[in-house]
Amino acid sequence: MKLLKTLMTGAALVVGLGGMAQAEDKTKVGFVYVGPVGDFGWSYEHNEGRKAVEEAFGDKVETMFVESVPEGADSERVMTQMALDGADLIFTTSFGYMDPTINVAKKFPNVKFEHATGYKQADNVSIYSARFYEGRSVIGHIAGHMTKSNTIGYIASFPIPEVIRGINAAYIAAKKVNPDVKLKIVWAYTWFDPAKEADAATALIEQGADIIMQHTDSPAAMTIAEEKGMYAFGQASDMKQFGPKARLSSIIDDWAPYYIARTQAVMDGTWESTSTWDGIKEGMVGIGDFSNDIPASVQASATALKEALMSGATHSFTGPVNKQDGSAWLASGETADDGTLAGMNFYVEGIEGEVPN
Amino acid sequence: MIRLEPRTNPSQAMIILTPILAVLATMVVGGILFVTLGKNPFEAIRMIFWDPLLGEHAFYYRGQILVKAAPLIMIALGLSFGFRAGIWNIGAEGQFIMGAVIGGATGLALYPLNSFIVFPLMIVMGALGGFLWAMIPAFLKIRFNANEILVSLMLVYVAFNFLIGMVTGPLRNPDGFNFPESRSFQDFPAAHNPELWAGTGIHLGVLFTLGFVILAYIMITRHIFGFNVRLAGQAPRAAKFAGVSPNKMIAICLGLSGALAGMAGLFEVTGPAGKLTTTFPLGYGFTAIIVAFLGRLHPIGILLAGLLMAVTYVGGDIIQSQLSLPKASIQVFQGMLLFFLLAVDVLVNFRLRISKRNSK
Repeated sequence: MKLLKTLMTGAALVVGLGGMAQAEDKTKVGFVYVGPVGDFGWSYEHNEGRKAVEEAFGDKVETMFVESVPEGADSERVMTQMALDGADLIFTTSFGYMDPTINVAKKFPNVKFEHATGYKQADNVSIYSARFYEGRSVIGHIAGHMTKSNTIGYIASFPIPEVIRGINAAYIAAKKVNPDVKLKIVWAYTWFDPAKEADAATALIEQGADIIMQHTDSPAAMTIAEEKGMYAFGQASDMKQFGPKARLSSIIDDWAPYYIARTQAVMDGTWESTSTWDGIKEGMVGIGDFSNDIPASVQASATALKEALMSGATHSFTGPVNKQDGSAWLASGETADDGTLAGMNFYVEGIEGEVPN
Repeated sequence: MIRLEPRTNPSQAMIILTPILAVLATMVVGGILFVTLGKNPFEAIRMIFWDPLLGEHAFYYRGQILVKAAPLIMIALGLSFGFRAGIWNIGAEGQFIMGAVIGGATGLALYPLNSFIVFPLMIVMGALGGFLWAMIPAFLKIRFNANEILVSLMLVYVAFNFLIGMVTGPLRNPDGFNFPESRSFQDFPAAHNPELWAGTGIHLGVLFTLGFVILAYIMITRHIFGFNVRLAGQAPRAAKFAGVSPNKMIAICLGLSGALAGMAGLFEVTGPAGKLTTTFPLGYGFTAIIVAFLGRLHPIGILLAGLLMAVTYVGGDIIQSQLSLPKASIQVFQGMLLFFLLAVDVLVNFRLRISKRNSK
């Protein structure tokens, strides 16, 4: 009898407990975060998006989240748990959740999944990301003007296309306004580790960088820049409170409109599997206020660049651009296509060092 | 006045009772923590301890507890022999990584060979990877008397950087858009460590772990090796006279714990983790040290300690999403449990005496 029961419960999971995930009037939305919501960066902004969903729909929606979920088996368990607990829609907000999301989505065909920054789509899995590189162009432009040592420090996380794209975009924009500019890159191999990020910032400053950019999630680098009287940019969120003097501007991720729209689609029954890559124009990427340290002329040119990126008059990757090895990539006036950008694994000409291999 | 009075013999009753006391104390103090966070403490504690084991969706969680517990138990079993003999392998995390990388690389090198031999070979190579990595501190200890605690610990960071080098280089998935991760073992059936029964979470590593618990039990209680290990730890000089070579002991204990950690890494990366990435090591090698001591270095104790840790992990994630509690509060709760488990241990060797003030 006991054995029979065990077998039946096992079978129920295979057949698809997806059915259980429906019912109730409230739409349940789950969020899986890779860092703590208090990182004041990546996960913080996703959580702001969650709060916006709650605010927009009030009683009609119930949200749940789990923070600091390691990529791998743990994330698969957390997603399954949310689906078992009746989630209708689950946002999985880190690249490493890609395969787990696909696996869990197979088991729960009636639950909708939204995976951020990945490339695997399915009938009930949408993918979404932001064109952060557009923001990189704007802050690269500012950094090129503002650096006195002609050295910009860059804290990179992992050598994946998204990060390399950001490095290239920032460099191209900085170089355009300051031909002498150099980029020093440190690979931290982490998304969130304030101690490591702070060490990286210190090392970059010691190597002569007077402006720090980062592709990691905590405000540690901003804090170091503030201490040492250098400049930095807010990453993912504004981070002003961590460097009132150091902060020049920021790239702000704004997920709220997307999360609200997707929740609405689930409520209306119009949700479809989509692939979204929005930028400044759609509001998914925002540029924070400019610091008063930035001269008015630079503020004006940065704003003009932002508007040109919005209108499509300019693209972050507009030729002529060569690859690092000197081979031609984009001809004059040519812009990069999304396919190349999505798989970008090379530096553009002028960047020193190699993509870690 | 409450005094502690040494017992002549460790209390057998207390050895059984103290873990229960610790869990109860954690529930009370943890409950107060949850009240201060504005949550219903009974609900929270039910979700942590009851729901994963006997709640509505326990059929799923029970398997997941085994998935979490298996690597912890497997590594802790290996460590327990060395810890009994006074040989401190703190670098199981590094051996775990090396086992996963060497064993995983063996499989990936044979891709897409569809042969039954692939996975057994990977298991052997995984164990060998961990074993060889542990041989470095063993050699340095034997040859130069270098401190194995420091050497094994430092080698964790070397192993981690080796992992980074491999997944951004030779082991990177050629079809993976340059992301720093290997091919998914899920897409390579001959090298995959799948769920053996759908929905249970149980994979080959879980079965191996149970086998090792029994084997370790026999070794420590019935086999001369177990006796020698205990002797080397408690009376090194006596052990020497009994013909136990300290150097051999160092090599065997480090090698054994390295091999088990490496094998655990291989099972983890081919199964639950699914592929080699820079984020697959979750610190099991460090947590296993706690598990080994919580289990009093005894195989059955380690089994129970590993399961208890796993329950708090699974339950911790449940209350996070159900009650919107921050992760930090769960970690405080888990820390509390460890603290109480160690604190009440004092009752095994001491008894509480309530005496009158004027008594001398």
